[in-house]
Amino acid sequence: MTMVEISGVKKRYEGGFEALRGVDLMIKEGEILALLGPNGAGKTTLISAVCGITLPTEGTIRVGGHDVVTDYRAARDLIGLVPQEINLEPFEKVINTVRFTRGLFGKARNDALIEDVLRKLSLWDKRDSAVKELSGGMKRRVLIAKALAHEPRVLFLDEPTAGVDVELRRDMWEVVAELKRQGVTIILTTHYIEEAEAIADRVGVINRGQILLVEEKDALMARLGQKELRIDLSDPLDAVPPSLEEFDLTLTEDRQRLVYTYHSGAERTGIGRLMAAVASAGLKVRDVSTAQNSLEDIFVGLVAEQEEEDAA
Amino acid sequence: MNWRAVAAIYRFEMTRFFRTLFQSFISPVISTSLYFVVFGAAIGSRIDTVEGVDYGAFIVPGLIMLSVMTQSLSNGAFGIYFPKFVGTIYELLSAPVNFLEIVMGYVGAAATKALFIGVVILGTASLFVDLTIQHPLAMLLFLVLTCLSFALFGFIIGIWAKNFEQLQLVPLLVVTPLVFLGGSFYSVSMLPPVWQTITMFNPVLYLISGFRWAFFGMADVPVGVSLLAIAGFFCLCLGIIWWIFRTGWRIRS
Ligand SMILES: Nc1ncnc2c1ncn2[C@@H]1O[C@H](COP(=O)(O)OP(=O)(O)OP(=O)(O)O)[C@@H](O)[C@H]1O
Ligand SMILES: [Mg+2]
Repeated sequence: MTMVEISGVKKRYEGGFEALRGVDLMIKEGEILALLGPNGAGKTTLISAVCGITLPTEGTIRVGGHDVVTDYRAARDLIGLVPQEINLEPFEKVINTVRFTRGLFGKARNDALIEDVLRKLSLWDKRDSAVKELSGGMKRRVLIAKALAHEPRVLFLDEPTAGVDVELRRDMWEVVAELKRQGVTIILTTHYIEEAEAIADRVGVINRGQILLVEEKDALMARLGQKELRIDLSDPLDAVPPSLEEFDLTLTEDRQRLVYTYHSGAERTGIGRLMAAVASAGLKVRDVSTAQNSLEDIFVGLVAEQEEEDAA
Repeated sequence: MNWRAVAAIYRFEMTRFFRTLFQSFISPVISTSLYFVVFGAAIGSRIDTVEGVDYGAFIVPGLIMLSVMTQSLSNGAFGIYFPKFVGTIYELLSAPVNFLEIVMGYVGAAATKALFIGVVILGTASLFVDLTIQHPLAMLLFLVLTCLSFALFGFIIGIWAKNFEQLQLVPLLVVTPLVFLGGSFYSVSMLPPVWQTITMFNPVLYLISGFRWAFFGMADVPVGVSLLAIAGFFCLCLGIIWWIFRTGWRIRS
């Protein structure tokens, strides 16, 4: 079932800047989607449009089948939001701000649940402290506790691990994993590709207000498994020799390098046969090297592609 | 209606008030006592009675109104300005609440605090002068309506204000003069005719006059007009807030 349905969403800010330029995105119930994108890509704007903090200029958004503008109560009932900025009342006690959020969402007081949430986020000992007495990482966890306090079915985490140390980051991933087990749909934005790799089911890439790709993480990882074997030749070639046709080689522009693509996980990579065929074709090999695609490469490649398109 | 949200906002706002309960209590007690020393002793020795009412008692309704108006205004303004300032407004915008629920929570709390202070002043004043309230129910009605409508007005200011200076501008520049010139400490009939006419354009006069009628049964303007004025002001503020939330003015980008 589709939990979040974003179609044709555009957002033009007052100054005229177009932060979202036609976004279509479907998020399935119970999945974890990681949204990757450089600074200013439009991640926060997209989340804000779903959660009701900003109004989309065009397009529609549905959460759990409810339009977020016309049927906002039913839609927002389902949504928990952990904002990117640490927005908290400095003088308030931790437990009070967490209870406040639950009340705001119309849920009856439930001390056991609040205690459970605070314990899971290692905040129970700090429940009676004023927010201003907490460290930055603790404040971020208070934001998460607030969002969890009203038992959302869809959780938006806008860079939840920014400024959080490695150990704590793993704890947070653990919390996210448990929410997933409870069937909560999770959308998180991040700059860390490893984070997307570690916890996401699907990965979306956004840049300049457009979604460039949404793919199953496993498919993406399979693409990541692709390796290149580069054979540098002593003498330039005019064309790939016919005897090497079966290997699907590409000749680079300087005509001195042959590139062979293979899968590192495959049983037979074909490298042995290729090298033998190269030798019997009488080519003089100067050097051989391999290179691997990373998510980063895919990401950088996509962004560069889009920039070329935009320039054209 | 999301009543739990209204209650959550109201309770959250009132906790802030209770944290500083002593200050909230002691400052009106002191300022009221000072007014009695200054006005009661200095001016009261020259003016015995105003239209048959002892001068000390005569200023009590104006004194209460002065505090209640400025208090509910600044409480209402600060209550909504603060979430905007620290960024917690995101919660209100992303919660399943409508404008009426948000307003009821914040304005209700702001008005309650002002009402509390009004009652403290009344109590303090009764230590200095003999007070008999002729129409206690009407008195309460005027008091509550004034608290609510000025807290609503403050709420609008809080949304409009972009910084702390603006937040204090309206109360300081507009409301305080209007209250002082609205017959808090005198009867309009004591003024020269030209000023009597000018004063009639001061909306605050109608509130103070109605409130005073509830105490002593005498008024500068008919009590029905007073009631109409405050009800009109209340509706106007509510209408403006409805528009603000419909358009997202200064809150939703
Ligand atoms: N209120 C606003 N008014 C005008 N422009 C805005 C506003 N908010 C964001 N923008 C612009 O919209 C674009 C997208 O911003 P957004 O915050 O969505 O990016 P982001 O992907 O979340 O970036 P980051 O990774 O830095 O958090 C940016 O160019 C930003 O300057
Ligand atoms: Mg962002």
